[in-house]
Amino acid sequence: MAKRAKSSRSKVGAPRAKERAGVISRKRGGKAAQQNSLDDLVAAAARALDLAIAPEWRGGVKANLAVTFAFAELFVDFPLPDEAEPAPVFSA
Amino acid sequence: MDTAWAHASEIAAAVADGRTSASAVVRAALARIAADNPVLNAFTAVLEDRALAKARAIDAARLAGHPLGALAGVPFAVKNLFDVAGLPTLAGSKINCERAPAPRDATLIARLEANGAVLVGTLNMGEYAYDFTGENVHYGPSRNPHDVACMTGGSSGGSGGAVAGGLVPLALGSDTNGSIRVPASLCGVFGLKPTFGRLSRAHTFPFVASLDHLGPFARSTRDLALAYDAMQGHDGDDPVCAARPIEPVAPEIARGSEGLRIAIAGGYFRAGVFPEAQTALARVAAALGAATEIELPQAKRARAAAYVITAAEGGALHLARLRTRAHDFDPAVRDRLIAGTMIPAALVTKAQKFRRWYREQVLALFAGVDAVLAPATPCAAPLIGQQTFVLDGVELAVRANLGLYTQPISFIGLPVVAVPVPLEPMPIGVQIIAAPWREDVALRVAYALEQAGAVAASKPSLKGDKQPRK
Repeated sequence: MAKRAKSSRSKVGAPRAKERAGVISRKRGGKAAQQNSLDDLVAAAARALDLAIAPEWRGGVKANLAVTFAFAELFVDFPLPDEAEPAPVFSA
Repeated sequence: MDTAWAHASEIAAAVADGRTSASAVVRAALARIAADNPVLNAFTAVLEDRALAKARAIDAARLAGHPLGALAGVPFAVKNLFDVAGLPTLAGSKINCERAPAPRDATLIARLEANGAVLVGTLNMGEYAYDFTGENVHYGPSRNPHDVACMTGGSSGGSGGAVAGGLVPLALGSDTNGSIRVPASLCGVFGLKPTFGRLSRAHTFPFVASLDHLGPFARSTRDLALAYDAMQGHDGDDPVCAARPIEPVAPEIARGSEGLRIAIAGGYFRAGVFPEAQTALARVAAALGAATEIELPQAKRARAAAYVITAAEGGALHLARLRTRAHDFDPAVRDRLIAGTMIPAALVTKAQKFRRWYREQVLALFAGVDAVLAPATPCAAPLIGQQTFVLDGVELAVRANLGLYTQPISFIGLPVVAVPVPLEPMPIGVQIIAAPWREDVALRVAYALEQAGAVAASKPSLKGDKQPRK
């Protein structure tokens, strides 16, 4: 679904190439395969979440998911250590 | 005193020394709303009885010799996601009309009123704040006072339109990805998005808990500062609100920009900019003598991560309504929110980890600069209903790209003042970005620009179609 993010690193704070070495490459599908996987995801998620999606909404939902995954491609492979803390911090 | 275009500070001074009364000021504001709101569509509720009662109380307090607040008699209005006692909190939706009336006012409303300001109504907004245009299928679009055929920007569209149109001198809005700064830019007014956690969000309808901020719109830097000072302070009702002391900025702004190191955001923030945004940024930079460019690392990825967090948290917030009331949403908002419920958790968690990394990189830059300048929007106000614009031969979606330059900043909660550059035919804003908790720096720079004549909230004509627009 997602493909490896292209490097568009800036000069400041950029990850080093060697830090990216461990990224697992994934097989890429064509556009039709991506559409099928989005169809599958929307159908499965709608069932799991008990969401009734009218047929005429499906295109809009898929288009938004496609945009989301395209954005996610930009950072999902960005190298961060396992110990990296997410931004939200909870205090007990 | 003609209060139609007066600043909040001028109104409060006039009320305090008896040149006018709070009742007269509020009556005049209500008359302007009655006259111009049918065109601007900024207000969704007008609170005449409540406002006049509050104004009478202020006038009585003055006659009794009691001290008045810094905003005595200043009419203000709030985006309709703020709780107002006795009203259902709409958040721009049809569904929320059925909510029970709010039992109390939002914290920020109470704090402004404790300083003498007078709530006169609630304001139009994009549905559930998932919007950059100010359009709303249920209540109609907010209209830009500088050209009513144009959008206000959103999602705090009514807030921008009400202040720019002279209906009120002060309004409150919310900003998750740019929803104060975008309408401030397109409507040509000042807007402050404070540091994440600075101002209480208690008793307002949320959108994205990780990114939601509240803040003021005004027609001067001093008014922003007065309102901001009145609203500061910890609030136990908002777990995100920081336990920091109140740090008043109004006494500081006259220090101006002297001694401050000001840079221009390069790279990502210089690409995709329309000529008017370039002109505005150049004018502001020249007035400040700012020439150094710095690059905020990975801003494009930051925007992407903000997008994913927004979609996921927004979808999660509305899941129950999407199950039962999906037909009652704006179709465009509904499809985005449904998609948001389906985002894999792994992507959201990675976005939140990236957010912390990005924050650390950007904060390191503030060791060398005090403020950073960036466009607020890529262009001046598009037409209402306009779906795309063309830049350098490339057709881009209006809705998605209005927040291009605001999203990477609010993503890590930096304080920003959006300042209006009064270009013709339409104004446009520039962001003044400071380090966390340094609203004083951003406001000092804004004040310096105002004093230099580089920025100002220009008075609109409330007419449509100034000239043919592409």
